[in-house]
Amino acid sequence: MKLTIASGKGGTGKTTFSTNLAMYLAEQYKVVLTDLDVEEPNSGLFVHGRQTHQQDMFKMIPEWDKNVCTLCGNCQQLCSYHAVMKLGSQVMVFPELCHGCYACSELCPAHALPMHQIKMGELRQYRAGNLDFIDSRLDVGQEQAVPLIAQTLDYVERNFDTAYLKLYDAPPGTTCPVIKATQDADLVILITEPTPFGLHDLKLAIETMRELEKDFVVVVNRFGIGNDDVLRYCEKEGIIVLAKLPNDRHIAELYSRGELVYPHIPEFAEQLRLIGDFIMSQQGMQS
Amino acid sequence: MKEIVVISGKGGTGKTSITASFAMLGGKDIVVADCDVDAADMHLLMKPNVKTEEDFYSGNAAVIDRAKCLNCGKCASVCRFDAINLIEYLYSVSALNCEGCGYCARVCPVKVISMVEQNVGKLYISATKADNMMVHARLLSGADNSGKLVARVKKEAKQIAQETGKGFVIVDGSPGIGCPVISSLSGADFVVLVTEPTVSGLHDLKRVYELVNRFQISAGCIINKADINQDVVNHIEIYLRENNIVHLTDLPYDESFTSAMTIGQTIVEYDHDKLADLLTVSWNKIKQILSKEQQ
Repeated sequence: MKLTIASGKGGTGKTTFSTNLAMYLAEQYKVVLTDLDVEEPNSGLFVHGRQTHQQDMFKMIPEWDKNVCTLCGNCQQLCSYHAVMKLGSQVMVFPELCHGCYACSELCPAHALPMHQIKMGELRQYRAGNLDFIDSRLDVGQEQAVPLIAQTLDYVERNFDTAYLKLYDAPPGTTCPVIKATQDADLVILITEPTPFGLHDLKLAIETMRELEKDFVVVVNRFGIGNDDVLRYCEKEGIIVLAKLPNDRHIAELYSRGELVYPHIPEFAEQLRLIGDFIMSQQGMQS
Repeated sequence: MKEIVVISGKGGTGKTSITASFAMLGGKDIVVADCDVDAADMHLLMKPNVKTEEDFYSGNAAVIDRAKCLNCGKCASVCRFDAINLIEYLYSVSALNCEGCGYCARVCPVKVISMVEQNVGKLYISATKADNMMVHARLLSGADNSGKLVARVKKEAKQIAQETGKGFVIVDGSPGIGCPVISSLSGADFVVLVTEPTVSGLHDLKRVYELVNRFQISAGCIINKADINQDVVNHIEIYLRENNIVHLTDLPYDESFTSAMTIGQTIVEYDHDKLADLLTVSWNKIKQILSKEQQ
Protein backbone atom coordinates (compact mmCIF):
# COMPACT_ATOMS: atom_id res chain seq x y z
CA MET A 1 0.00 0.00 0.00
CA LYS A 2 1.18 3.51 -0.87
CA LEU A 3 0.32 6.29 1.54
CA THR A 4 1.27 9.92 0.95
CA ILE A 5 1.34 12.46 3.75
CA ALA A 6 0.69 15.95 2.40
CA SER A 7 -0.43 19.41 3.50
CA GLY A 8 -1.37 22.61 1.74
CA LYS A 9 0.35 24.84 4.27
CA GLY A 10 3.96 24.31 5.25
CA GLY A 11 4.94 23.80 8.86
CA THR A 12 1.77 21.99 9.92
CA GLY A 13 3.71 18.99 11.22
CA LYS A 14 3.94 16.83 8.12
CA THR A 15 7.46 15.64 8.81
CA THR A 16 6.89 15.15 12.56
CA PHE A 17 3.86 13.05 11.73
CA SER A 18 5.51 11.05 8.91
CA THR A 19 8.61 10.14 10.87
CA ASN A 20 6.75 9.25 14.06
CA LEU A 21 4.14 7.19 12.19
CA ALA A 22 6.82 5.39 10.18
CA MET A 23 8.92 4.49 13.23
CA TYR A 24 5.82 3.47 15.19
CA LEU A 25 4.47 1.20 12.42
CA ALA A 26 7.91 -0.26 11.68
CA GLU A 27 7.84 -1.82 15.16
CA GLN A 28 5.25 -4.26 13.76
CA TYR A 29 5.24 -4.07 9.97
CA LYS A 30 7.54 -3.78 6.95
CA VAL A 31 7.64 -0.05 6.29
CA VAL A 32 9.65 2.19 3.97
CA LEU A 33 9.51 5.97 4.46
CA THR A 34 10.54 8.26 1.60
CA ASP A 35 11.07 12.00 1.92
CA LEU A 36 9.80 13.56 -1.32
CA ASP A 37 10.19 17.14 -0.08
CA VAL A 38 13.38 17.21 -2.13
CA GLU A 39 13.81 20.99 -1.86
CA GLU A 40 13.93 20.94 1.94
CA PRO A 41 14.13 17.30 3.09
CA ASN A 42 13.91 17.08 6.87
CA SER A 43 12.79 13.55 7.73
CA GLY A 44 16.40 12.44 8.02
CA LEU A 45 16.87 14.77 10.99
CA PHE A 46 14.41 12.64 12.98
CA VAL A 47 15.17 9.16 11.66
CA HIS A 48 18.63 8.27 12.88
CA GLY A 49 19.87 5.28 10.95
CA ARG A 50 22.82 3.63 9.29
CA GLN A 51 23.39 4.57 5.64
CA THR A 52 23.12 1.53 3.38
CA HIS A 53 23.17 3.13 -0.06
CA GLN A 54 23.99 6.40 -1.81
CA GLN A 55 23.68 7.42 -5.44
CA ASP A 56 23.83 10.61 -7.45
CA MET A 57 20.63 11.46 -9.32
CA PHE A 58 20.81 12.75 -12.86
CA LYS A 59 18.63 14.48 -15.38
CA MET A 60 19.16 14.35 -19.13
CA ILE A 61 20.01 17.49 -21.08
CA PRO A 62 21.30 18.05 -24.63
CA GLU A 63 24.98 18.78 -25.26
CA TRP A 64 26.01 20.69 -28.37
CA ASP A 65 28.40 18.97 -30.76
CA LYS A 66 29.86 21.83 -32.76
CA ASN A 67 31.66 19.48 -35.14
CA VAL A 68 28.48 18.19 -36.75
CA CYS A 69 26.14 21.16 -36.22
CA THR A 70 24.99 22.92 -39.39
CA LEU A 71 23.62 25.91 -37.46
CA CYS A 72 20.16 25.45 -38.98
CA GLY A 73 18.49 26.85 -35.85
CA ASN A 74 15.85 24.10 -35.73
CA CYS A 75 16.62 23.40 -32.06
CA GLN A 76 15.94 26.95 -30.96
CA GLN A 77 12.56 26.94 -32.70
CA LEU A 78 11.66 23.59 -31.16
CA CYS A 79 12.44 24.42 -27.55
CA SER A 80 9.42 25.66 -25.61
CA TYR A 81 11.56 26.67 -22.64
CA HIS A 82 14.21 28.86 -24.29
CA ALA A 83 16.77 26.36 -23.01
CA VAL A 84 18.51 26.01 -26.38
CA MET A 85 19.59 29.11 -28.25
CA LYS A 86 21.52 29.74 -31.41
CA LEU A 87 23.70 32.74 -30.82
CA GLY A 88 25.79 33.70 -33.84
CA SER A 89 27.85 30.69 -34.80
CA GLN A 90 27.20 28.68 -31.67
CA VAL A 91 24.38 26.89 -29.91
CA MET A 92 24.04 27.38 -26.17
CA VAL A 93 22.21 25.07 -23.78
CA PHE A 94 20.85 26.40 -20.46
CA PRO A 95 20.59 23.29 -18.25
CA GLU A 96 18.46 24.89 -15.52
CA LEU A 97 15.74 25.78 -18.07
CA CYS A 98 15.74 22.38 -19.80
CA HIS A 99 12.82 20.06 -19.02
CA GLY A 100 14.43 17.07 -20.72
CA CYS A 101 11.78 16.58 -23.42
CA TYR A 102 14.38 15.34 -25.97
CA ALA A 103 12.69 17.22 -28.86
CA CYS A 104 15.76 19.25 -29.86
CA SER A 105 18.00 16.22 -29.61
CA GLU A 106 15.90 13.70 -31.50
CA LEU A 107 14.64 16.13 -34.15
CA CYS A 108 18.06 17.63 -34.90
CA PRO A 109 18.75 16.78 -38.56
CA ALA A 110 22.52 16.69 -37.94
CA HIS A 111 22.35 14.78 -34.60
CA ALA A 112 24.32 17.63 -33.07
CA LEU A 113 22.54 17.63 -29.69
CA PRO A 114 23.02 14.22 -28.10
CA MET A 115 21.51 13.89 -24.61
CA HIS A 116 23.84 13.43 -21.67
CA GLN A 117 23.29 13.32 -17.95
CA ILE A 118 23.95 16.05 -15.38
CA LYS A 119 23.67 15.70 -11.63
CA MET A 120 20.57 17.25 -10.04
CA GLY A 121 20.65 15.71 -6.60
CA GLU A 122 21.41 12.74 -4.37
CA LEU A 123 19.50 9.79 -2.99
CA ARG A 124 20.47 8.04 0.24
CA GLN A 125 19.01 4.98 1.84
CA TYR A 126 19.15 4.31 5.59
CA ARG A 127 18.19 1.53 7.94
CA ALA A 128 16.82 2.70 11.32
CA GLY A 129 15.69 -0.19 13.49
CA ASN A 130 13.15 -1.99 11.31
CA LEU A 131 12.49 1.02 9.15
CA ASP A 132 13.92 1.61 5.70
CA PHE A 133 14.25 5.29 4.95
CA ILE A 134 14.99 7.07 1.66
CA ASP A 135 16.19 10.67 1.60
CA SER A 136 16.33 12.44 -1.74
CA ARG A 137 17.64 15.98 -2.04
CA LEU A 138 17.84 18.50 -4.85
CA ASP A 139 21.15 20.31 -5.35
CA VAL A 140 20.92 24.01 -4.43
CA GLY A 141 20.48 26.05 -7.62
CA GLN A 142 18.45 23.35 -9.40
CA GLU A 143 14.99 24.68 -10.19
CA GLN A 144 12.90 21.62 -10.94
CA ALA A 145 11.86 19.25 -8.19
CA VAL A 146 9.52 17.08 -10.28
CA PRO A 147 12.11 15.00 -12.20
CA LEU A 148 13.87 14.09 -8.95
CA ILE A 149 10.58 13.17 -7.26
CA ALA A 150 9.65 10.97 -10.26
CA GLN A 151 12.99 9.16 -10.17
CA THR A 152 12.83 8.69 -6.42
CA LEU A 153 9.38 7.10 -6.74
CA ASP A 154 10.79 4.76 -9.40
CA TYR A 155 13.66 3.80 -7.11
CA VAL A 156 11.26 2.87 -4.29
CA GLU A 157 9.02 0.90 -6.65
CA ARG A 158 11.99 -1.08 -7.99
CA ASN A 159 13.52 -1.84 -4.61
CA PHE A 160 10.54 -2.53 -2.35
CA ASP A 161 7.85 -5.07 -3.15
CA THR A 162 4.16 -4.95 -2.33
CA ALA A 163 4.69 -6.49 1.11
CA TYR A 164 5.90 -3.05 2.23
CA LEU A 165 3.76 -0.23 3.50
CA LYS A 166 5.21 2.70 1.56
CA LEU A 167 4.96 6.07 3.29
CA TYR A 168 5.76 9.22 1.34
CA ASP A 169 6.40 12.62 2.92
CA ALA A 170 5.24 15.09 0.22
CA PRO A 171 6.37 18.68 -0.33
CA PRO A 172 3.99 21.44 0.86
CA GLY A 173 1.59 23.26 -1.48
CA THR A 174 -0.75 22.08 -4.22
CA THR A 175 1.28 22.45 -7.41
CA CYS A 176 3.30 20.10 -9.65
CA PRO A 177 5.69 18.61 -7.05
CA VAL A 178 2.73 17.67 -4.83
CA ILE A 179 0.79 16.20 -7.74
CA LYS A 180 3.79 14.04 -8.62
CA ALA A 181 4.18 12.93 -5.00
CA THR A 182 0.51 11.96 -4.62
CA GLN A 183 -0.26 10.64 -8.09
CA ASP A 184 0.24 6.95 -7.34
CA ALA A 185 -0.92 6.97 -3.71
CA ASP A 186 -3.72 4.63 -2.58
CA LEU A 187 -4.52 6.99 0.27
CA VAL A 188 -3.48 10.55 1.14
CA ILE A 189 -3.36 11.89 4.68
CA LEU A 190 -3.69 15.68 4.76
CA ILE A 191 -2.18 17.33 7.83
CA THR A 192 -3.57 20.66 8.89
CA GLU A 193 -3.75 22.90 11.92
CA PRO A 194 -6.95 24.44 13.30
CA THR A 195 -6.19 28.03 12.24
CA PRO A 196 -7.45 30.28 9.42
CA PHE A 197 -4.23 29.68 7.43
CA GLY A 198 -4.53 25.95 8.05
CA LEU A 199 -8.15 25.85 6.89
CA HIS A 200 -7.53 28.02 3.83
CA ASP A 201 -4.67 25.82 2.62
CA LEU A 202 -6.50 22.60 3.57
CA LYS A 203 -9.36 23.61 1.26
CA LEU A 204 -6.87 24.03 -1.61
CA ALA A 205 -5.31 20.65 -0.85
CA ILE A 206 -8.74 18.99 -0.76
CA GLU A 207 -9.66 20.58 -4.09
CA THR A 208 -6.47 19.10 -5.55
CA MET A 209 -7.13 15.63 -4.11
CA ARG A 210 -10.67 15.69 -5.52
CA GLU A 211 -9.33 16.65 -8.92
CA LEU A 212 -6.87 13.74 -8.75
CA GLU A 213 -9.72 11.49 -7.57
CA LYS A 214 -7.70 10.43 -4.53
CA ASP A 215 -9.04 8.92 -1.34
CA PHE A 216 -7.99 11.17 1.52
CA VAL A 217 -8.44 11.68 5.23
CA VAL A 218 -7.48 14.59 7.50
CA VAL A 219 -5.30 14.69 10.60
CA VAL A 220 -5.50 17.85 12.72
CA ASN A 221 -2.23 18.79 14.37
CA ARG A 222 -1.74 21.22 17.26
CA PHE A 223 -5.33 20.53 18.27
CA GLY A 224 -6.43 23.08 20.88
CA ILE A 225 -5.06 26.24 19.29
CA GLY A 226 -7.08 28.47 16.95
CA ASN A 227 -10.74 27.58 16.52
CA ASP A 228 -13.17 24.82 15.45
CA ASP A 229 -13.56 25.90 11.84
CA VAL A 230 -11.47 23.03 10.43
CA LEU A 231 -13.51 20.40 12.27
CA ARG A 232 -16.78 22.04 11.27
CA TYR A 233 -15.68 22.21 7.65
CA CYS A 234 -14.68 18.54 7.57
CA GLU A 235 -17.96 17.51 9.17
CA LYS A 236 -19.97 19.52 6.66
CA GLU A 237 -18.00 18.01 3.75
CA GLY A 238 -18.21 14.48 5.14
CA ILE A 239 -14.42 14.18 5.40
CA ILE A 240 -12.95 11.73 7.91
CA VAL A 241 -10.84 13.39 10.61
CA LEU A 242 -8.65 10.47 11.53
CA ALA A 243 -6.86 11.92 14.52
CA LYS A 244 -6.22 15.05 16.52
CA LEU A 245 -2.63 15.44 17.60
CA PRO A 246 -2.28 17.47 20.79
CA ASN A 247 -0.82 20.99 20.95
CA ASP A 248 1.97 20.88 23.51
CA ARG A 249 5.05 23.03 23.96
CA HIS A 250 6.87 19.86 25.02
CA ILE A 251 6.29 18.44 21.51
CA ALA A 252 7.78 21.61 19.98
CA GLU A 253 10.84 21.16 22.20
CA LEU A 254 11.27 17.47 21.32
CA TYR A 255 10.93 18.39 17.64
CA SER A 256 13.48 21.19 18.00
CA ARG A 257 16.06 18.62 19.15
CA GLY A 258 15.28 16.16 16.35
CA GLU A 259 13.67 13.65 18.71
CA LEU A 260 10.70 11.40 18.10
CA VAL A 261 7.55 12.46 19.95
CA TYR A 262 5.55 9.30 20.62
CA PRO A 263 8.01 7.58 23.00
CA HIS A 264 7.64 10.60 25.33
CA ILE A 265 3.99 11.63 24.91
CA PRO A 266 1.47 8.78 25.48
CA GLU A 267 -1.40 10.85 24.08
CA PHE A 268 0.50 11.19 20.80
CA ALA A 269 1.26 7.45 20.71
CA GLU A 270 -2.44 6.73 21.25
CA GLN A 271 -3.37 8.84 18.21
CA LEU A 272 -0.74 7.00 16.14
CA ARG A 273 -2.29 3.70 17.22
CA LEU A 274 -5.70 4.86 15.92
CA ILE A 275 -4.16 5.93 12.63
CA GLY A 276 -2.18 2.69 12.35
CA ASP A 277 -5.34 0.62 12.88
CA PHE A 278 -7.13 2.59 10.18
CA ILE A 279 -4.26 2.17 7.70
CA MET A 280 -4.02 -1.55 8.35
CA SER A 281 -7.80 -1.96 7.87
CA GLN A 282 -7.44 -0.20 4.50
CA GLN A 283 -4.45 -2.38 3.63
CA GLY A 284 -6.56 -5.44 4.45
CA MET A 285 -9.36 -4.22 2.21
CA GLN A 286 -6.89 -3.72 -0.58
CA SER A 287 -5.17 -7.07 -0.62
CA MET B 1 12.51 52.10 -4.21
CA LYS B 2 13.82 49.08 -2.32
CA GLU B 3 12.60 45.53 -2.46
CA ILE B 4 12.53 43.43 0.71
CA VAL B 5 11.84 39.69 0.39
CA VAL B 6 10.84 37.58 3.39
CA ILE B 7 11.55 33.85 3.09
CA SER B 8 12.00 30.93 5.43
CA GLY B 9 12.92 27.71 3.62
CA LYS B 10 10.86 25.79 6.15
CA GLY B 11 7.10 26.34 6.45
CA GLY B 12 5.29 27.32 9.63
CA THR B 13 7.99 29.59 11.03
CA GLY B 14 5.69 32.62 11.13
CA LYS B 15 6.90 34.15 7.86
CA THR B 16 3.51 35.41 6.69
CA SER B 17 2.49 36.78 10.11
CA ILE B 18 5.78 38.70 10.29
CA THR B 19 5.54 39.97 6.69
CA ALA B 20 1.99 41.18 7.32
CA SER B 21 3.20 43.01 10.44
CA PHE B 22 5.86 44.78 8.38
CA ALA B 23 3.17 45.64 5.84
CA MET B 24 1.18 47.31 8.65
CA LEU B 25 4.24 49.12 10.02
CA GLY B 26 5.29 50.33 6.55
CA GLY B 27 1.75 51.62 5.91
CA LYS B 28 1.45 54.11 3.08
CA ASP B 29 5.10 53.94 2.05
CA ILE B 30 5.01 50.36 0.76
CA VAL B 31 3.46 48.03 -1.77
CA VAL B 32 2.82 44.44 -0.65
CA ALA B 33 3.46 41.42 -2.91
CA ASP B 34 2.28 37.97 -1.84
CA CYS B 35 4.58 35.64 -3.78
CA ASP B 36 3.75 32.57 -1.73
CA VAL B 37 1.25 31.80 -4.49
CA ASP B 38 0.99 28.07 -3.64
CA ALA B 39 -0.47 28.84 -0.25
CA ALA B 40 -1.28 32.53 -0.42
CA ASP B 41 -2.52 33.35 3.07
CA MET B 42 -1.57 36.98 3.55
CA HIS B 43 -4.97 38.23 2.33
CA LEU B 44 -6.49 36.61 5.43
CA LEU B 45 -4.62 39.20 7.51
CA MET B 46 -4.52 42.21 5.16
CA LYS B 47 -8.24 42.11 4.23
CA PRO B 48 -7.63 43.35 0.70
CA ASN B 49 -10.36 45.13 -1.19
CA VAL B 50 -9.91 43.86 -4.76
CA LYS B 51 -9.61 46.67 -7.32
CA THR B 52 -8.67 44.70 -10.44
CA GLU B 53 -8.39 41.02 -11.25
CA GLU B 54 -7.29 39.13 -14.34
CA ASP B 55 -6.71 35.56 -15.47
CA PHE B 56 -3.10 34.51 -15.71
CA TYR B 57 -1.95 32.26 -18.53
CA SER B 58 1.32 30.38 -18.51
CA GLY B 59 2.66 27.35 -20.31
CA ASN B 60 0.93 25.09 -22.80
CA ALA B 61 -0.76 21.73 -22.78
CA ALA B 62 -1.30 19.43 -25.75
CA VAL B 63 -4.84 18.91 -27.05
CA ILE B 64 -5.64 16.17 -29.59
CA ASP B 65 -8.37 16.82 -32.16
CA ARG B 66 -10.16 13.54 -31.67
CA ALA B 67 -12.16 13.72 -34.95
CA LYS B 68 -9.04 13.78 -37.10
CA CYS B 69 -6.67 11.66 -34.98
CA LEU B 70 -5.38 8.44 -36.64
CA ASN B 71 -4.62 6.96 -33.20
CA CYS B 72 -1.16 5.98 -34.49
CA GLY B 73 0.51 6.50 -31.11
CA LYS B 74 3.51 8.43 -32.43
CA CYS B 75 2.78 11.20 -29.90
CA ALA B 76 2.80 8.79 -26.96
CA SER B 77 6.06 7.24 -28.12
CA VAL B 78 7.97 10.55 -27.96
CA CYS B 79 6.46 11.91 -24.72
CA ARG B 80 8.98 11.78 -21.86
CA PHE B 81 6.44 12.84 -19.24
CA ASP B 82 4.02 9.92 -19.47
CA ALA B 83 1.34 12.46 -20.42
CA ILE B 84 -0.17 10.58 -23.39
CA ASN B 85 -1.72 7.19 -22.73
CA LEU B 86 -4.23 4.82 -24.25
CA ILE B 87 -7.53 5.30 -22.47
CA GLU B 88 -10.30 3.06 -23.77
CA TYR B 89 -8.28 2.42 -26.95
CA LEU B 90 -7.77 6.12 -27.70
CA TYR B 91 -4.64 8.17 -27.12
CA SER B 92 -5.45 10.91 -24.62
CA VAL B 93 -3.46 13.71 -22.98
CA SER B 94 -3.29 14.08 -19.21
CA ALA B 95 -3.09 17.84 -18.73
CA LEU B 96 -1.66 17.30 -15.25
CA ASN B 97 1.38 15.46 -16.60
CA CYS B 98 1.85 17.49 -19.78
CA GLU B 99 4.89 19.78 -19.56
CA GLY B 100 3.91 21.66 -22.70
CA CYS B 101 7.08 20.86 -24.64
CA GLY B 102 5.22 20.42 -27.90
CA TYR B 103 7.26 17.43 -29.09
CA CYS B 104 4.07 15.43 -29.77
CA ALA B 105 2.60 18.23 -31.88
CA ARG B 106 5.79 18.33 -33.95
CA VAL B 107 5.80 14.65 -34.78
CA CYS B 108 2.07 14.09 -35.32
CA PRO B 109 1.83 12.88 -38.97
CA VAL B 110 -1.58 14.51 -39.49
CA LYS B 111 -0.91 17.62 -37.38
CA VAL B 112 -3.97 17.30 -35.18
CA ILE B 113 -2.29 18.16 -31.88
CA SER B 114 -2.41 21.80 -30.86
CA MET B 115 -0.68 23.46 -27.93
CA VAL B 116 -3.17 25.43 -25.86
CA GLU B 117 -2.15 28.10 -23.35
CA GLN B 118 -3.20 27.21 -19.80
CA ASN B 119 -5.10 29.41 -17.41
CA VAL B 120 -3.10 28.79 -14.23
CA GLY B 121 -4.66 31.28 -11.86
CA LYS B 122 -5.81 34.78 -11.08
CA LEU B 123 -3.87 37.93 -10.36
CA TYR B 124 -5.33 40.59 -8.07
CA ILE B 125 -4.46 44.19 -7.26
CA SER B 126 -6.11 45.35 -4.06
CA ALA B 127 -6.18 48.07 -1.44
CA THR B 128 -5.48 46.83 2.10
CA LYS B 129 -6.46 47.96 5.56
CA ALA B 130 -2.89 49.23 6.04
CA ASP B 131 -3.59 51.98 3.54
CA ASN B 132 -1.35 50.42 0.89
CA MET B 133 -1.70 48.44 -2.30
CA MET B 134 -1.23 44.68 -2.44
CA VAL B 135 -0.59 42.43 -5.42
CA HIS B 136 -1.59 38.82 -4.85
CA ALA B 137 -2.54 35.74 -6.80
CA ARG B 138 -4.41 32.51 -6.58
CA LEU B 139 -2.90 29.55 -8.38
CA LEU B 140 -5.41 26.97 -9.60
CA SER B 141 -4.90 23.63 -7.90
CA GLY B 142 -2.55 21.35 -9.77
CA ALA B 143 -1.18 24.22 -11.84
CA ASP B 144 2.50 24.56 -12.65
CA ASN B 145 4.07 27.08 -10.31
CA SER B 146 6.98 27.65 -12.63
CA GLY B 147 7.81 30.93 -11.00
CA LYS B 148 6.20 32.90 -13.82
CA LEU B 149 3.24 33.93 -11.68
CA VAL B 150 5.65 34.90 -8.89
CA ALA B 151 7.63 37.03 -11.35
CA ARG B 152 4.42 38.68 -12.55
CA VAL B 153 3.23 39.50 -9.00
CA LYS B 154 6.58 41.14 -8.27
CA LYS B 155 6.62 43.05 -11.53
CA GLU B 156 3.15 44.52 -10.89
CA ALA B 157 4.08 45.47 -7.31
CA LYS B 158 7.28 47.21 -8.42
CA GLN B 159 5.46 49.09 -11.13
CA ILE B 160 2.85 50.38 -8.68
CA ALA B 161 5.60 51.40 -6.26
CA GLN B 162 7.47 53.29 -8.96
CA GLU B 163 4.41 55.02 -10.36
CA THR B 164 3.19 56.15 -6.97
CA GLY B 165 6.61 56.97 -5.51
CA LYS B 166 6.65 54.42 -2.67
CA GLY B 167 9.80 53.63 -0.74
CA PHE B 168 9.47 49.85 -0.44
CA VAL B 169 8.05 46.70 -1.93
CA ILE B 170 7.67 43.99 0.69
CA VAL B 171 7.45 40.45 -0.65
CA ASP B 172 6.11 37.37 1.14
CA GLY B 173 8.34 34.79 -0.56
CA SER B 174 7.75 31.19 -1.59
CA PRO B 175 8.92 28.17 0.40
CA GLY B 176 11.62 25.71 -0.68
CA ILE B 177 14.68 26.37 -2.85
CA GLY B 178 13.27 25.70 -6.34
CA CYS B 179 11.88 27.78 -9.17
CA PRO B 180 9.30 29.89 -7.26
CA VAL B 181 11.75 31.02 -4.58
CA ILE B 182 14.43 31.75 -7.18
CA SER B 183 11.83 33.99 -8.88
CA SER B 184 10.98 35.60 -5.51
CA LEU B 185 14.64 36.45 -4.87
CA SER B 186 15.61 37.88 -8.23
CA GLY B 187 16.06 41.63 -8.02
CA ALA B 188 15.72 41.87 -4.22
CA ASP B 189 17.66 44.47 -2.21
CA PHE B 190 17.36 42.76 1.16
CA VAL B 191 16.26 39.35 2.35
CA VAL B 192 14.66 38.66 5.73
CA LEU B 193 15.13 35.03 6.76
CA VAL B 194 12.56 33.83 9.27
CA THR B 195 13.67 30.73 11.11
CA GLU B 196 13.02 28.77 14.29
CA PRO B 197 15.53 27.05 16.60
CA THR B 198 14.76 23.49 15.53
CA VAL B 199 17.04 21.05 13.74
CA SER B 200 14.88 21.39 10.62
CA GLY B 201 14.67 25.18 10.91
CA LEU B 202 18.47 25.43 10.93
CA HIS B 203 18.85 22.84 8.14
CA ASP B 204 16.43 24.69 5.86
CA LEU B 205 17.90 28.10 6.74
CA LYS B 206 21.32 26.93 5.56
CA ARG B 207 19.98 25.56 2.29
CA VAL B 208 17.94 28.63 1.44
CA TYR B 209 20.76 31.00 2.45
CA GLU B 210 23.10 29.19 0.09
CA LEU B 211 20.69 30.29 -2.63
CA VAL B 212 20.46 33.88 -1.31
CA ASN B 213 24.24 34.02 -1.23
CA ARG B 214 24.42 33.14 -4.93
CA PHE B 215 22.34 36.22 -5.67
CA GLN B 216 24.69 38.23 -3.40
CA ILE B 217 21.82 39.91 -1.57
CA SER B 218 22.42 41.15 1.97
CA ALA B 219 20.29 39.45 4.58
CA GLY B 220 18.91 39.68 8.09
CA CYS B 221 17.43 36.96 10.26
CA ILE B 222 14.55 36.75 12.72
CA ILE B 223 14.58 33.76 15.07
CA ASN B 224 10.98 32.98 15.96
CA LYS B 225 10.04 30.76 18.96
CA ALA B 226 13.59 31.49 20.15
CA ASP B 227 12.98 30.18 23.67
CA ILE B 228 12.18 26.57 22.72
CA ASN B 229 15.80 25.49 22.23
CA GLN B 230 18.75 27.64 23.37
CA ASP B 231 21.25 25.13 22.00
CA VAL B 232 19.99 25.49 18.42
CA VAL B 233 19.73 29.29 18.88
CA ASN B 234 23.47 29.26 19.64
CA HIS B 235 24.14 27.32 16.45
CA ILE B 236 22.01 29.72 14.41
CA GLU B 237 23.84 32.72 15.91
CA ILE B 238 27.21 31.26 14.97
CA TYR B 239 25.95 30.60 11.45
CA LEU B 240 24.67 34.20 11.16
CA ARG B 241 28.00 35.64 12.30
CA GLU B 242 30.01 33.45 9.93
CA ASN B 243 27.90 34.59 7.00
CA ASN B 244 27.53 38.28 7.90
CA ILE B 245 23.78 37.96 8.28
CA VAL B 246 22.30 40.68 10.52
CA HIS B 247 20.56 39.16 13.54
CA LEU B 248 17.43 41.33 13.52
CA THR B 249 15.62 39.98 16.58
CA ASP B 250 14.47 36.99 18.60
CA LEU B 251 10.75 36.45 19.12
CA PRO B 252 9.45 34.22 21.93
CA TYR B 253 7.24 31.14 21.48
CA ASP B 254 3.89 32.88 21.72
CA GLU B 255 0.44 31.64 20.82
CA SER B 256 -0.53 35.27 20.09
CA PHE B 257 0.59 34.45 16.53
CA THR B 258 -2.33 32.04 16.28
CA SER B 259 -4.79 34.12 18.29
CA ALA B 260 -4.15 37.18 16.12
CA MET B 261 -4.55 35.12 12.95
CA THR B 262 -7.79 33.60 14.24
CA ILE B 263 -9.41 37.03 14.38
CA GLY B 264 -7.80 38.16 11.13
CA GLN B 265 -5.30 40.56 12.66
CA THR B 266 -1.58 41.09 12.26
CA ILE B 267 0.59 40.72 15.35
CA VAL B 268 1.24 44.44 15.61
CA GLU B 269 -2.50 45.09 15.77
CA TYR B 270 -3.20 42.29 18.24
CA ASP B 271 -0.29 42.66 20.62
CA HIS B 272 0.61 46.06 22.05
CA ASP B 273 3.43 44.81 24.15
CA LYS B 274 6.63 42.86 23.63
CA LEU B 275 5.99 41.24 20.23
CA ALA B 276 4.87 44.50 18.65
CA ASP B 277 7.95 46.29 20.06
CA LEU B 278 10.35 43.66 18.75
CA LEU B 279 8.79 43.72 15.29
CA THR B 280 8.82 47.53 15.19
CA VAL B 281 12.51 47.57 16.13
CA SER B 282 13.24 44.99 13.40
CA TRP B 283 11.37 46.95 10.76
CA ASN B 284 13.26 50.12 11.67
CA LYS B 285 16.56 48.23 11.54
CA ILE B 286 15.78 46.96 8.04
CA LYS B 287 14.94 50.48 6.85
CA GLN B 288 18.14 51.78 8.42
CA ILE B 289 20.29 49.13 6.70
CA LEU B 290 18.72 49.91 3.34
CA SER B 291 19.17 53.66 3.70
CA LYS B 292 22.84 53.16 4.62
CA GLU B 293 23.37 50.97 1.57
CA GLN B 294 21.96 53.71 -0.58
CA GLN B 295 24.61 56.20 0.54
